[in-house]
Amino acid sequence: MTSTAHQPWAGATTVQPVLSAKGVTKQFSVAGGHFTAVDDVTVDFHQGKVLAVVGESGSGKSTLARMLLRLLPVTSGQIIYEGRDVTHIRGTELRKYWQDVQAVFQDPFASFNQFFTVGHMFKRSLRLAGQGVDTDELIARCLGYVGLKPDEALPKYPHQMSGGQRQRVMVARALMMNPKVLLADEATSMLDASLRVSVLNVLQDLRRDLGLTVLFITHDIGQACYLADEVIVMEHGLVVERGETDKVIFEPQHEYTKRLLSDVPDLKGSLKHRV
Amino acid sequence: MTGIIPTDALEPRGNEELPHEVAGTDVGTQFTADGSPAAGSAPDSGPTAPKKRRRSGLNVSPRFWVAIVLVAFVMLLAFVGPFVYPYGPNAAAGGLYDPPSAHHWLGTDNFGHDVLGVLIAGSRNSLFNGLLAGVIATTIGVFIGILAGYVGGWLEEALMGITNVVLAIPALIVLILISVSVQNSNISFMKGIVGLALVIGITSWPWTARAVRAQASSVATREHIDIAKLSGARLPSIMALDVFPYLASYIVMAFVLQVASAILAEASLSMLGLGPQGTNSLGIQLHWALAFQAMGSGAWWAFFPPTIILTLVSFALLLLQSSLDEVFNPRLRRGKKKAVKAAAARRAAAARRLASQPVPERATS
Repeated sequence: MTSTAHQPWAGATTVQPVLSAKGVTKQFSVAGGHFTAVDDVTVDFHQGKVLAVVGESGSGKSTLARMLLRLLPVTSGQIIYEGRDVTHIRGTELRKYWQDVQAVFQDPFASFNQFFTVGHMFKRSLRLAGQGVDTDELIARCLGYVGLKPDEALPKYPHQMSGGQRQRVMVARALMMNPKVLLADEATSMLDASLRVSVLNVLQDLRRDLGLTVLFITHDIGQACYLADEVIVMEHGLVVERGETDKVIFEPQHEYTKRLLSDVPDLKGSLKHRV
Repeated sequence: MTGIIPTDALEPRGNEELPHEVAGTDVGTQFTADGSPAAGSAPDSGPTAPKKRRRSGLNVSPRFWVAIVLVAFVMLLAFVGPFVYPYGPNAAAGGLYDPPSAHHWLGTDNFGHDVLGVLIAGSRNSLFNGLLAGVIATTIGVFIGILAGYVGGWLEEALMGITNVVLAIPALIVLILISVSVQNSNISFMKGIVGLALVIGITSWPWTARAVRAQASSVATREHIDIAKLSGARLPSIMALDVFPYLASYIVMAFVLQVASAILAEASLSMLGLGPQGTNSLGIQLHWALAFQAMGSGAWWAFFPPTIILTLVSFALLLLQSSLDEVFNPRLRRGKKKAVKAAAARRAAAARRLASQPVPERATS
């Protein structure tokens, strides 16, 4: 991490954020009224930082991510990318936005079109990613970031790979666009513990080597602690606490954060020893 | 023709999920590896050893084979018959309603034409009509269904509004009106069996559209669609590559039903005398048999053969549809004791192998 990592939260706002959400709200129509999934959330993403969004299931983390990705329309509020309002862009402009803002999703099974090989999927992405670049070299480089070899990975169908391989292929796909922002929506929650660490390390390396800005969405406060510079805590669509990771995790202010932290399994306080 | 085959024949049974929903599990992968019609790009590379094992497990029921044999029989009659049987449909072969004999296996009809010769020509036209109308109806229905189901919003409302209006109009009456005006038109090919197939095709798509829409809107919420969008894929590409393959098994079944109902629609129109003129089809054959009192004069050979062929074709196609449903959706398979036992034995053997390994390996694939 660069030296800016330990600036206080307020200090970071002097630099223009890469991506920011301003007062973003999402309401879903349900029987008998509206359900507010994300309520007036304002977040800034700064160049080369990892921001973790922590919260229980249903706290609106994924909805926030899908809105930032422009996969879901916002009910109100603005999404600003590099100083430009991208809340309502469409077509070519939107595809241009997706060159810069990419995502990895939770489920490495559902993210694949099971009828196509990895190579086919990459070729499809190339139209967006590769103008005048050596495409084979690009694919090889991106697979290299996640520790895969092109001649092994490319001819494979999704069902021929393990969950960890699939998720790493998904990370490679996102990197092919050479994005500036990567949203990882519970990207590690369906992986087993050792693969989880390897994906987290991949994200960490990318941030260090490529200056990637990462939005890391998780329900696991331990992973947030491991990776993130800043944490925001969401409950029922509201941001209840935000700040530097160490501060939020070791000096939690809000009741909900304290409760989340108390739910983390503690190696020292193992149940065995608390007879 | 909505009136002939119930729309709910295609409704998902017992579960809302698609057969592919369980990607990665044995069931899902087995399906893709089968090289079935749905898997347009079935795996053709990669490790072959496990795939061979799966390929042998193509799970078709006996009724699939019954359906195939019946369809093949009718096709053989229609397409090979003319080369084997000496009498054509228009040759004056005998008198009015000659009974079956060694020369004329199924006797002669009211014009003195050989009944089997007419039957062969009629089957061919009826099958051709059914396939053409089925292709047209399925194409329109699938396109509108995927568009409505995937895009959603006001477009879905509009397309489904149109579909429901078309569905609500009594199809037979529309068919009669259109086909009468087509028969009086000046376009020559529209007067024949092709014209009728077009008319049937463009009136019978709505229920395919409705059924496909329901499935497409379920596929549209899957994550791989988001990935395709983020990869810069455009609407036509997503519809063709990300939605269509997931519906292919379903569409194959819809097509089979469309073919069956188009054959029956043609037969009912032609029997009423509203079909094409100056050609042969199973319905036209029945029409003449009716018009010339074949039943009253006891000439059973004039109307039984086309009736039997029509029954066979529609029965076989419906059987084919339901057996395909079983192939594509393994949850519908009836318990075949042998297969179930063999699978259990395989699992037990695998478990023993795993247990006997000294160092437990973490499963990675």
